[in-house]
Amino acid sequence: MSQAGADGRVCAETLCPGEGSGDILWLDEPLSFWGGTELGTGVITDVHHPQHGVCLVGRIVVMRASRGSSSSSSVLAEQIRAAVAPAAILLGSRDAIVTLGALAAAEIYGTRLPILLLDESDLAGLPRSGPVSVHAAGDRGSVCWSLAHRTATPYSM
Amino acid sequence: MGKAAAVQVRLSAEDEAKLAGDRGPGVAMAMRLVVALARVSQATELIDIESAHIDGCLYHGQAGLDFIQKLVALGAKVAVPTTLNVGSLDLLHPGLVRMDRRESAAARALMDAYVAIGARPTWTCAPYQEAARPQGGTDIAWAESNAIVFANSVLGARTARYGDFVDVCAAVTGRVPLAELHLAQNRIPTLELDCSGIPERVLDNDAAWAALGFVVGREVGEQVAILTGIGAEVVDEDRLKALGATAASSGGVGLFHVAGVTPEAVQGGQAWLEAGLTRIEVTPELLRAARDELTTAAVGDRLDVVALGTPHFSLAEFAKLAEVLADQVPFDPSCAVWISTSRHVLAQAREQGYAQQCEVLGARLVVDTCTYLVPILADNVRTAMTTSGKWAWYAPANMGINVVLGTLAECIASARAGRVIRDESSWR
Repeated sequence: MSQAGADGRVCAETLCPGEGSGDILWLDEPLSFWGGTELGTGVITDVHHPQHGVCLVGRIVVMRASRGSSSSSSVLAEQIRAAVAPAAILLGSRDAIVTLGALAAAEIYGTRLPILLLDESDLAGLPRSGPVSVHAAGDRGSVCWSLAHRTATPYSM
Repeated sequence: MGKAAAVQVRLSAEDEAKLAGDRGPGVAMAMRLVVALARVSQATELIDIESAHIDGCLYHGQAGLDFIQKLVALGAKVAVPTTLNVGSLDLLHPGLVRMDRRESAAARALMDAYVAIGARPTWTCAPYQEAARPQGGTDIAWAESNAIVFANSVLGARTARYGDFVDVCAAVTGRVPLAELHLAQNRIPTLELDCSGIPERVLDNDAAWAALGFVVGREVGEQVAILTGIGAEVVDEDRLKALGATAASSGGVGLFHVAGVTPEAVQGGQAWLEAGLTRIEVTPELLRAARDELTTAAVGDRLDVVALGTPHFSLAEFAKLAEVLADQVPFDPSCAVWISTSRHVLAQAREQGYAQQCEVLGARLVVDTCTYLVPILADNVRTAMTTSGKWAWYAPANMGINVVLGTLAECIASARAGRVIRDESSWR
């Protein structure tokens, strides 16, 4: 295993290029941006969602599976415009709706919210909390984090 | 998978020309999104489409408006016949939608921009009720989940589950990725839902089809199912509309088949069934459970609203309603009856006198939009009843009200009584 303080890093397929960093946020259940988040604040408003009330703004959001209305593309694009979007999205499935929202915002505003597609084992290797950074260029991208930070997770208390 | 190399999309010379801007900067912008979708969906090539249906004209904020206005400013025009889904305003009945002046102006500007790009101002979620419909076997790019599932299942046309932004990009380029439900192998059912245990008299009311759709959505998710054991004589397009719309809400259903009824099942259904599919039995108990899951109010509760026409009411549905209303018993004054439909069907319903028959009893007609999407119902509405599984699915969260799924007869009896009436005999 890596030494403490060394970097953790996984590679992934780029769905939308860009750069982003922030605290990682694992969604425990799929989320629809339309009907599930507040347009103007990026807060989860779906009362059936276990993370109801959590704010997505500036987070590196991990979405293992997708769900939701195709209007979610518009909601995500609007949240990118209003600067209340996640800093990056890490997907476990080929979610065209989320990806198109980010690509449309890039076309209109030049603002880039990176989206990467990770396979199951790479997703499982991501930290549960703490800061990560996402670099997504061309076809390939990567997610990086500091292993030292993992000592701060509840698992090692 | 994440580690696999991205699939390369083979573009035709004309695709390359569009992407390079040779057909104008608007076409190039649209093509960039179509090619990006091809990459996400791992398509190896693009194909032509014969028509498009756009859902992006419902206002969700400034970004949607900026996107279409940019395409228009760059000179883009639709390349194929294109219809428009509902907007956020009823343009024939100004003031019906309660929206502040700024948002109302933005919603109007959005609708205007989609007309400016060359789409027909149909403003309906039921484009399959318009005069020109896609032929079976043709590739189209339709957006809006109920329109998608109807085009695939009932018309036998082929569309993937398109959504905002890419719908208009497909219309402008005339091209879509060869993927998802455009591919014949993805249209073959993997599940059989055996409905032979449901009595025909239960399936002889439209709300039972909404309940059936809810079961289908829950059981199959995004898979393709074939429903068996349903007599062709109880099936009509309005019932398949109700089934599909609810299945696309409670699950991600983009295509279903009905043995002996829908076009691809008529052609290939027997062979699919002989090959052996995982079989699930759908019982009347499951339908009642679905009905009750789509119901958040109780029998006997005071009723404020009956909402019909989600997806948009058809002419045949107007005729059925006119028959139920023929005895001219008035609605309870505290219960408002709303009917959402398209301007095209409304014109036909006026010609036939159905619309006037509804209005004389106090029913209100909405076109171009829908009662669960934008503020139309009175602020103090607490409980509503509907025949629509889709309306029942979305209304409680969208509007913070209680809802009851019921048959047309139950809805009208309840509207007349001003309280929720359930006739269990029609569900057994």
